[in-house]
Amino acid sequence: MNASAWQMLLEGAWTTVWISGVSIALGVTAGLILALIRIARIPVVDQILVLYISLARATPLVTLALFIFLSAPTFGLNLDRNVAGILALTLNTTAFNAEIWRSAFRNFSREQREAAMAAGMTPWVTFRRIMLPQMMITSLPGLINEMSFLIKGSPAIAVIGIVDLTRVTNRISAVTYEPLPPILVACALYMAAIGCLVWLQRLAEHRANRLAT
Amino acid sequence: MSNWEILWSARDQFWSGFLSTMEIFGLSVSAAFVIGCGMLYLLEGSRPRLTVPLRVFIDGMRMLPFLILAYLLYYGLPAFDIRLDAWWSGVGALAVYHGCYFAEIFRGARLTFPPGQVEAAKAHGFTKGKMFFRLILPQIVMQTRPLLGNQLIYALKDTAFLVIITVRELTAAANSLSGTYFIPTEAFIVVIGFYWAVSVVMEIIIKQCGRFSAKRGFDHV
Repeated sequence: MNASAWQMLLEGAWTTVWISGVSIALGVTAGLILALIRIARIPVVDQILVLYISLARATPLVTLALFIFLSAPTFGLNLDRNVAGILALTLNTTAFNAEIWRSAFRNFSREQREAAMAAGMTPWVTFRRIMLPQMMITSLPGLINEMSFLIKGSPAIAVIGIVDLTRVTNRISAVTYEPLPPILVACALYMAAIGCLVWLQRLAEHRANRLAT
Repeated sequence: MSNWEILWSARDQFWSGFLSTMEIFGLSVSAAFVIGCGMLYLLEGSRPRLTVPLRVFIDGMRMLPFLILAYLLYYGLPAFDIRLDAWWSGVGALAVYHGCYFAEIFRGARLTFPPGQVEAAKAHGFTKGKMFFRLILPQIVMQTRPLLGNQLIYALKDTAFLVIITVRELTAAANSLSGTYFIPTEAFIVVIGFYWAVSVVMEIIIKQCGRFSAKRGFDHV
């Protein structure tokens, strides 16, 4: 492998990182919003969200990415590849994140909510000042776990032509005729990224346990 | 002819794609289950020298995306003069990858396994293999069934990755149909429906297993 191969690999890694990063940021926020809507139990919306979460958990990312990218033009939308990829990853991860946030909400201590009510806090202030900071800490291990699942699923976006860290190995071996070295380097890069997340998860779990006791 | 009618006339392609996906899924998940059980047995401690490399291998697999393992088998192995076709490298990658996840799930349950049972079995003169197959494995599999069910759904979703290494399966069928007739929306809705139906059925089966294991007393250990 020469210098240009290394450069291509790093560019692929960067594509994977930024697309995953944007999807994670969108997915965590959208998951929180969906969880709050589900907790409010609005009649028809609730059923639609249950259906969405069930569907999104069962749909493979590859199929979802192809579906979004190929069927967007028939609705008159011209999606960029990257936007379609981000949309597929976000739709998938939002469903999982919504469940994580919802379980954090449901396990929140009742005493604290009652105390906040007794102190005259409105529901919104209770949520923002009392619940959200603690929910963030308790659901962080689950969220980070979901982030590493997202990175492990991110090669799916290669199917719509995005040159990510997995796809770029094909491009390199098309020139060098040696597929093994770039694939091994890509393996090492993925391991580094996900190893970082696993380490962060351990740290977050430690903090969450300290809060629980 | 409406788009749905076109799809209905092409139902054979969907059906063969679905059967091919289920074939890949069934074969690789069975192999993965055997691999997971085998790894659990090796981690029992009868061969202490194997324990550390095996755990490094399991953790390494869990840090890799599935597709890169499939690439490794499909594009990487020919460097060692081992040529697998796309189908076999897909099944092999799925089996090894999910086998490691199964092993990790089993290992987590093994840590909380009551040591009293193992001691009692030893006192009754059970050999290691017999103790493993009669006592440890059935209880651990039954205890971990919600996690196993989740992992099965992940395995089903991972079969779709194989379209990238040119395996003919359900997603590939939708892709080629949408290319031929230019009806991507309907084709993919049908395919997503297939995947959804399979995972709903798997969830129901796992729930039924819960009833069975409550009856056999696996849940109150």
